[in-house]
Amino acid sequence: MSASSADTLRRVVIVGASAAGLTAAETLRRSGHTGTITLIGDEPAAPYDRPPLSKEILNGAWGPDRLPLRTEADLDALGLDTRYGRTAASLDRVARTVLLSDGTEVPYDGLIVATGVRPRRLPGAPAHTLRTLDDALALKGRLGPGRSLAVVGAGFLGAEAAAVAADLGTRVTLLEPASVPLAHAIGEDIGRVLAQAHLDHGVALRTGTGVTEVVSGGVRLDDGSVAEADTVLVAIGSRPNTEWLTGSGLTLDDGLVCDEFCAAAPGVYGAGDVARWHNPLFGTSMRVEHRTNAAEQGMAAARNLLGARQPFAPVPYFWSDQYDMKIRAYGYLRGHDEVRVVEGSLTDRKFLAVYRTGERLSGVLAIGMPPKSIRPWQRSIAAGAPWGGALSALAPSAEATA
Amino acid sequence: MNLKVEVDVPKCVASGQCVMLAPEVFDQRDDDGMVILLDDTPPAELHDAVRESATVCPAAAIRLAES
Ligand SMILES: Cc1cc2nc3c(=O)[nH]c(=O)nc-3n(C[C@H](O)[C@H](O)[C@H](O)COP(=O)(O)OP(=O)(O)OC[C@H]3O[C@@H](n4cnc5c(N)ncnc54)[C@H](O)[C@@H]3O)c2cc1C
Ligand code: SF4
Repeated sequence: MSASSADTLRRVVIVGASAAGLTAAETLRRSGHTGTITLIGDEPAAPYDRPPLSKEILNGAWGPDRLPLRTEADLDALGLDTRYGRTAASLDRVARTVLLSDGTEVPYDGLIVATGVRPRRLPGAPAHTLRTLDDALALKGRLGPGRSLAVVGAGFLGAEAAAVAADLGTRVTLLEPASVPLAHAIGEDIGRVLAQAHLDHGVALRTGTGVTEVVSGGVRLDDGSVAEADTVLVAIGSRPNTEWLTGSGLTLDDGLVCDEFCAAAPGVYGAGDVARWHNPLFGTSMRVEHRTNAAEQGMAAARNLLGARQPFAPVPYFWSDQYDMKIRAYGYLRGHDEVRVVEGSLTDRKFLAVYRTGERLSGVLAIGMPPKSIRPWQRSIAAGAPWGGALSALAPSAEATA
Repeated sequence: MNLKVEVDVPKCVASGQCVMLAPEVFDQRDDDGMVILLDDTPPAELHDAVRESATVCPAAAIRLAES
């Protein structure tokens, strides 16, 4: 930490008390920040983890007691000024204050925005979404034998929920407008592997099927018919929580726009699902809704607020559990030009596939492969390796079949 | 200062962040990638890397006790 930032940075305010916000707070303390840290979050409880909501919480393997991100003692040791159950309503960058919806003004010298995203919804009757602990518990109560569930959207979230619901004996219909689920993200061939897993587990997967609204007793499809279900889960993506920043002069464009240091403006940083930043490793602006990124970016934003000036250039990591498949992906797969399976086989659902974007290796996705097969690829992505060079070094036989 | 490390293996999501940061302290199982704790009382020169691992672990599966 530079001496000048220590002198002028007495009060840090973090808005959003989840993975990114908490990591930022912890990093500030560990880096020697002795001033106040105010952590503001609109959920009532201390920071908890979301990925288990669609996995161990939904299937009942874990109770909510497994979710807190830190123990009470660890949180106490950080000496935070916590404001749980409070909503930031607006930001005044001239006065350097965050205005809460209860009228309180919270002044800051440095600000970290970590307000995440919220689910998109459909018009019509109320339906379930899955973002918070309450959402997960409400949905869980609707699953089981003799029940039916329509899941709108076969992205990772919808697919995980459908898998848990089917495993619990629920009759599940999974509705997806694209012809192959997740094709844009992970490629058609691998999307088809995941689609087949749903079919094998008795899920009625209906691709090429858009949903226009939720109706009582089901959802209306784009051909006008109704798919019936007792319960509807809408999992059609999310929107960044940036409304409270409107009028602040910060740039908002599908997220809070930040530079490669995670800075949105002098003294204002963004981290986690809400932040769109320039990742110099891939030479592109990205916003990723991945749990690991929330922590890594929270850490980077905190360090840069304290004056480190280190570009944030991670290899994004994402995992998803569906049925007995553990899917793990490193890199930036979106917009890839080619996917190649270099180990294992798609039909066994045990394989390692690598992604090319332009002339470089941009990603690796594996199901059921050991870390030691994945790690060399991960390192090559981090090193910005060219596609041809990475293939000939790491998978010479796959290169020969090109 | 002593640093005692504990891992909550069922929580681990096999991201490998900890292994990248502190390979002397953490490893991953071959079959499912779950974390293996190699050294529960690492020497002082590794403390920063271990603390960073605990902070970035995407499953909050690494717990530290300082004494
Ligand atoms: C069900 C589910 C399963 C997931 N599974 C995986 C997975 O398997 N792998 C993976 O990599 N990622 C997964 N994710 C994504 C991962 O959980 C997110 O990337 C991570 O939670 C992002 O953390 P964050 O701190 O940026 O945002 P969030 O966790 O969204 O936290 C933002 C917080 O800010 C609060 N907030 C918003 N606006 C305001 C305001 N104006 N004032 C005060 N507080 C505000 C919100 O209520 C929230 O508490 C999953 C997410 C969900 C919901
Ligand atoms: S960082 Fe956490 S989740 Fe990742 S391998 Fe280590 S213990 Fe497991």
